[in-house]
This record gives sequence, C-alpha cells and structure tokens, in this order.
Amino acid sequence: MSSDTYNYLDGNAAAGELSRVFAMDVTAAQGRCANCGAIRRFAEAHLYIRGPGVVARCPECQHVLLRLASFGESVFLDVKGLTYLRLDAT
Amino acid sequence: MWRIGTVVALQSETATARTIRFQVPDWPGHVAGQHVDARLTAADGYSAVRSYSIASAPNTNRQIDITVERLPDGEVSPYLTKEVMVGDQLELRGPIGGWFVWRPEQTEPIQLIAGGSGIVPLMSMIRSRAAAGSTAPFRLLYSVREPKAVWYSNELQGLTEQDPSFGITYAYTRATPKDWPRPPGRIDADLVAKATWPSSLGSTCYVCGPTSFVESAASFLTASGNSPDRIRTERFGPTGDRK
Repeated sequence: MSSDTYNYLDGNAAAGELSRVFAMDVTAAQGRCANCGAIRRFAEAHLYIRGPGVVARCPECQHVLLRLASFGESVFLDVKGLTYLRLDAT
Repeated sequence: MWRIGTVVALQSETATARTIRFQVPDWPGHVAGQHVDARLTAADGYSAVRSYSIASAPNTNRQIDITVERLPDGEVSPYLTKEVMVGDQLELRGPIGGWFVWRPEQTEPIQLIAGGSGIVPLMSMIRSRAAAGSTAPFRLLYSVREPKAVWYSNELQGLTEQDPSFGITYAYTRATPKDWPRPPGRIDADLVAKATWPSSLGSTCYVCGPTSFVESAASFLTASGNSPDRIRTERFGPTGDRK
C-alpha cells in the first residue's frame, strides 16, 4: 500500500478546470468508456494531475478517458476515450 | 469564471489548520459537499490554483468557509494558514461539483467517513442538515491522527449531545485518549462494519480523504454489504495539495 499505488485523485479534482469548458456540471455526468464499456460518473474517474495537463482514466480498466491541457488562453481537450458523456441539468 | 472573495474572519482549528471565511458578493450559493478553486497570483504573474472543500452550510449571506491544513512543502497552504489577513482578497472559482453533495431533500440514513482533512465537505453536510432542521439519521466515522488533530471538535460534540439521530465514531491512527478501547491504527473492515449503518438500511455513504484511505474505506463498505452505487467518494492527496 505504498503512496505510489495511489498517485491519483478523482474526477472531482478536474471539475474546476472543466467548468471553463462545460456549462453543466461534469462530476455527475455519466460517461461510457470506449475501451471496456463501463458507464460511470465522471467523479469516479481516476485523475492524474502530475503531468503538464490532467489525464482521467476509467476506474475499471484504466483506459484513458479524457485529457485536458491549458496553455495561456487555450484549452486542449481530448475525449476520444469516451464513447459518450451524458450531462444533466441540475 | 473567477470571483473576488474578501477574507472576513479567521479561526484556528488546530496548530496547523485554519478556517478562512470569505465574503463573495456575487456568490450564487452552494450545496453541501461542493468545493471551490482558489487562485493566488504573485507580483511576477506566477499563479497557483488549489481546490478546497467548502466547510460551511449553504447560507444567504454570500459567505463561504474553507479549512486549510498547512503542508510543510506546500506552495499555497502556508500562505493561507499563516499570512492571510482579514481584508485580503483572493480569486475564487465555484461552487464546483454536483456529485459529491448532500441535499436536505434526502431523507435516507447517511454514512459519512472522513480521513483527516476529508472531514471538511462532510462537515458542510452536517451543518447543512442542522441548518435545514433535517432529521435524516447521520453517522460519522472520523479517522484522525490524534485527539488534538480533530477539526470542529466542540461543534461536533455539541451536535451529538443535542441530537440522538447524529452519532460519531472516532478512529485514532497515532494516539488515543486515555483508556480508549481501540488501540491506535488505521480503520479496518471490523471497525467499518461496527461503526456504520447496517447495509440493509440502504444508506448513502460519503467518503472523503486521501486516496489510499478512500480506497480502503470504500472496499470495507462494500465488504459490509453496501452497494457500490450508494457510495460516493472524493479523493485528495500529495498529488494535489488539496483541501
């Protein structure tokens, strides 16, 4: 149980940065993993933030779901690891 | 969208933790469990963003409290716990998050499990429940290093004394009060089984703490028969300088 085993956070930690992109809350959004088909709340994704951007991985199969990087006034968003993301008005 | 928050009150919680109250004129209101991003910008333009859970109950005063633990190598937490003064202004973004939240309309039993500073969003839920006059049964399992590291200690004690439907179990990891029945140690399956609602009640569980703590607590909850879809988690850790 070394700390390196748990070097991730969860989707909640990306919600602030993603609020620049999405008008609706992303933590409660349900996404389907393009690799294993698991449907989970974005809050449950494993989030890695040590790199230059953030990477969200599927909590079931660890496939990359989403990548987000900000450079100045630009945001690069890669969501090809999700077959869909369902956002609901709260 | 960044809003300006002005520090209006400061309160020490422990030797290393402090609660900061902000007045945010255009604050849209929050729900218990949500967090806020704080941005600090140095004179040379360098800026750092950190996420902090909101500790206060939703209110109409456009005020929010956060509680910050000073991390030895922290970039932001030493400033917030030692240097910031009433009248100072910070940039805040939020409220953020709609998943790890408790709303007063929820009437089912609630199980809260906190690891260290993971108590903060759960405290907002406890305060929200009290403010709304909710009678939803609440239990808190609070894992903390030692008695003097407990945050909101007097308030929590007062709430349990006044309210038979709110109960707390403390789990100490390093040092216990005198004659404490359980030796210091991490939470385990046995403690979680005994200190939490029976899974037959269909409670909703909220777990917040460092990632390793959250993974353990959530697995003990499922081992006790709780359905994974009734367990909501929020993780923070050395990767994030979070909370």
